[in-house]
Amino acid sequence: MRVYLDNAATTALDPKVIDAMLPYLHNHFGNPSSIHSYGRETRAAIEKARKQIAGLFHVSPGEIFFTSGGTEANNMALQCSVRDLGVTHIITSQIEHHAVTHTVEALKKENKIKLTYVKLEADGSVDYNDLEELLKASSEKTLVSLMHANNEIGVLLDIDKVSELCETYDACFHCDTVQTIAHYNLDLQKTKIHFISCAAHKFHGPKGVGFIYVNADALIKPLIYGGAQERNMRAGTENLYGIIGLAKALEIAYKELEETKQYISSLRAHLKKRLNEEIPGIIFNSPDNGLYTVLNVNFPASEKNELLLFNLDIAGIAASGGSACSSGSNIGSHVIAHFNREEDSAAVRFSFSKFNTKEEIDFVVDKMKEMMLVTVQ
Amino acid sequence: MLKFPIYLDNSATTPMDPRVLDAMVPYYLDHFGNAASRNHPFGWEAEDAVDKAREQIAKLINCTEKEIIFTSGATEGDNLAIKGIYDMYARKGNHIITVTTEHKAVLDTCKHLEKLGAQITYLGVDSEGNIDLNELENAITDKTILVAIMYANNEVGTIHPIKKIAEITHKKGALLFTDATQAAGKISIDVERDGIDLMAFTAHKMYGPKGVGALYVRRKNPRVKVTAQMDGGGHERGMRSGTLNVPGIVGFGKACEIAMNEMDADAERLSKLRDKLDTALLSLEESYLNGNKNSRLPQLTNISFKYVEGEGLMMAFNQNIAVSSGSACTSASLEPSYVLKALGLGDDLAHSSLRFSLGRFSTEEQVDYTIEQVTKAVHKLREMSPLWEMFKEGIDLSTIEWAAH
Ligand SMILES: Cc1ncc(COP(=O)(O)O)c(C=O)c1O
Ligand SMILES: Cc1ncc(COP(=O)(O)O)c(C=O)c1O
Repeated sequence: MRVYLDNAATTALDPKVIDAMLPYLHNHFGNPSSIHSYGRETRAAIEKARKQIAGLFHVSPGEIFFTSGGTEANNMALQCSVRDLGVTHIITSQIEHHAVTHTVEALKKENKIKLTYVKLEADGSVDYNDLEELLKASSEKTLVSLMHANNEIGVLLDIDKVSELCETYDACFHCDTVQTIAHYNLDLQKTKIHFISCAAHKFHGPKGVGFIYVNADALIKPLIYGGAQERNMRAGTENLYGIIGLAKALEIAYKELEETKQYISSLRAHLKKRLNEEIPGIIFNSPDNGLYTVLNVNFPASEKNELLLFNLDIAGIAASGGSACSSGSNIGSHVIAHFNREEDSAAVRFSFSKFNTKEEIDFVVDKMKEMMLVTVQ
Repeated sequence: MLKFPIYLDNSATTPMDPRVLDAMVPYYLDHFGNAASRNHPFGWEAEDAVDKAREQIAKLINCTEKEIIFTSGATEGDNLAIKGIYDMYARKGNHIITVTTEHKAVLDTCKHLEKLGAQITYLGVDSEGNIDLNELENAITDKTILVAIMYANNEVGTIHPIKKIAEITHKKGALLFTDATQAAGKISIDVERDGIDLMAFTAHKMYGPKGVGALYVRRKNPRVKVTAQMDGGGHERGMRSGTLNVPGIVGFGKACEIAMNEMDADAERLSKLRDKLDTALLSLEESYLNGNKNSRLPQLTNISFKYVEGEGLMMAFNQNIAVSSGSACTSASLEPSYVLKALGLGDDLAHSSLRFSLGRFSTEEQVDYTIEQVTKAVHKLREMSPLWEMFKEGIDLSTIEWAAH
C-alpha cells in the first residue's frame, strides 16, 4: 500500500482536469497571440478560463493575471508594490512561506523597505492587537503580507479582520492564499484584499501555473517584461493547458466544496482521534479549527525520531517533515521553531485530499503504532 | 488529403510532438510528486524525472546539468539573464549592449533597466538583419557587463555569428547572453564551441509544451552568476524558486532528445521545402526576401509582396493557411513590425510582409498548396490595387505626395 498524505506539497491531478487539458495538449496548440484561427481558439479558451475564475472570487476578469505559480504571484505582489505603489514598510510574520519571507528579506537588504514582524500567539495565529498597534504606529505607506493558512501547521488568518484593519489604517493587504484557494470560499467583494496568490498544483490542477489577483486599485507594473500578454502585465507565451487545467480544477473544487470539506475534515478528525488515543505523548501543532487539509503532529522526543520520516517511507506512507520547498530536509522548519518543542521531538505534517480514504488513515495509525513501539519503548 | 487549416506558423509556437506528450502523461497522472519532496518516493520519482530531463537538455547544447535553470519560458529566461546579470555585476559596470531587432522580452527588459540607471546601447542592423561586428567591438567599454544578442531572429530568421560575437565580447571582458528561442532544436548550438555564457530557450518552439523553458548559466571559465528575480524555496540552486513544472520539464527533455536525433534531418528536409516556397514566391513580381538568405534558419522565410497589404493577404487565405504577418507577440497590433523597420523597410513593405515558418509536421503538399494560394491572392489583390495599377503604368510612386490620413 502506498499512502500519499503530502497534499500540501502537491496533489495528484484530477483525471477530469487532464481530460479538459488533453484537447489543448493534442490539437488546439496555437499561440494565443496569433491572429489566425489556431490562435483565436486558444485565446478564447484562456479568456473563458479567466472569466470563470474571476466569477468564483467575485472579481473582474481584468484583475486576474496568470503566472507560473504561487512563488511568482507572491514575488509580484511584494516586489511590484514596493516598486510601483510607494510601499516602504512591510508587516509580515515569521512563519510565512519562503516565497514571502525570502522576498521581503531581499527587499529589506536592498534598503527598499522597513520590515516588521507581527507577534504571534502560542498556536501560531496572528496577534491582531499587535497588528493594529503596528499599523497605527506606521507613518509610511504600508503593506501587510500574511498568509491565509500556514502550509506547515494550517493555522488560519482572520482575513476579514486583517482586511478591515488594513482599510482603517490605509495599508495594502497581500494574502498568500496558496493553501486555501479551492478549500474555502473567498468573496473579494466582501473582503477587500489587494493581492491574492494561487498555485494550481495544490488543488489537483497542473504544476507550473497559478494566478495573482490584483485589485484594480493597485496599479502595479509587470515583474516580467516582454510581449503584451496578460494585458501587458505578464509577458511570455501563456501556459495554455496549464490555464485550462487550473480553471477546471477550480471549477470542480468549488462545485464540490462542502462535500469535500466535510469528507476531508472527517479524515483529519479520525487521524487526530486515533493518534491521540493510541500514541502517548503526542502534541498537535495544528489548531483544532485550522486548515482542514493539514494536521501537523509532534511526536515525543526519541533518538530515533531522525528516522521517523524514513520509517514512514519504508511503510509506504508519504508525509512531510516541513514544507517541500525547503531544500535541505535537515534544516529545522522555521515554522515549527515557533513552538519551541522539546529537543529531539519530531514534527510530521499529514496533509489530505479528497483522494484519501479512511482505510489509509487506519493504515497510517497502525504503522505508526508499530514504529512508536520500536522507537519509544 | 490536405487537412485545413495548414499550419505554417511554427515560429510562433509548434504543435507538440506526440512522443513528447506520451512522455509527459505519466507525470501528470501517476508520478505527480513535488520534486522538492525529499523524503518519499513520490518526490524522488519527480526529481529523477527532472534530473533526466536536465541531462537531455544539457546534451542538446553541450553543457552540464548544473548549468540548466528551469523557467516558465524564454521570456522569463530573458528577464532573469539580463536583470540577474545587471544586479549581480553592478559593481563592475552598468552598460549592456543589445540589438534593435531583439525580441520584446529582451528590449523591454533593457528599457526597464534603463529607468533604473543602466546604460543600454542598441546596435542597428543592415538590410539583412546583420550587425556590424566592428561596431559591436567599438561599443564595448570597461563598464560593459553584458552583450545580449539573439542566436537567430524570430521574424526574418537571420542567424547572428554568435561565435565571433562571443570572441569579441570576451576579449573585452564582458559576458555574452543569447536568446536562442528560435534556434534551439533547429540548428546546432554548442555553448562551448560558440562561447556562450548565458542562453534562454523554450520548449514550445521545439515541439515541447508551453509554460516551460530554461536558462543556461555557465559555471566554468568563467563561473557566471545571476541574482534571482523570484525568491522562495530556493529551487534551482537559489536562482529560480517555485515548484517545478515536472510534466512540462519531462516534455521539454524529451523534445530536446528528439531534436538532438532528428534536427539535422528535419533541417535538411524543411530547408528544401522552404527553398521551394521561396523560389516560387520570390518569382512573383515585386516580391522581396527579408533577412539574410545565406545565414538563416532553415525552416523560415519572410517575404514582402509590394503593393499588397499583408493583413489583407492573410485574410485572403486565412481560412486555409495559418501564417504570421509579424511576430506573434505583436501581431495583434497593426503597427508595422519593428524588426522589419530596423532592416530599413518602409511602412509599405513592412506591412506587406508574411512570415512562413515550417515545422516537423509540414509536408510538401502543404507547401505546394500554399504557393498556389498565396500566388493567387497576390495577383487578385494587386488587380484591385490602384497602387499596383500606377506602378504598372510606370508612375514612380515615391515621387507622389500623399495627403495625411
Ligand atoms: C503557502 C504557500 N505559498 C506559496 C507556495 C509556492 O507555490 P509554488 O511552489 O507553486 O510556486 C506554496 C507551496 O509551495 C505554499 O504552500
Ligand atoms: C526570439 C524570441 N525570444 C523570446 C520569445 C518569448 O518566448 P515565450 O513567449 O515562450 O516566453 C520568443 C517567442 O515569442 C522569441 O521568438
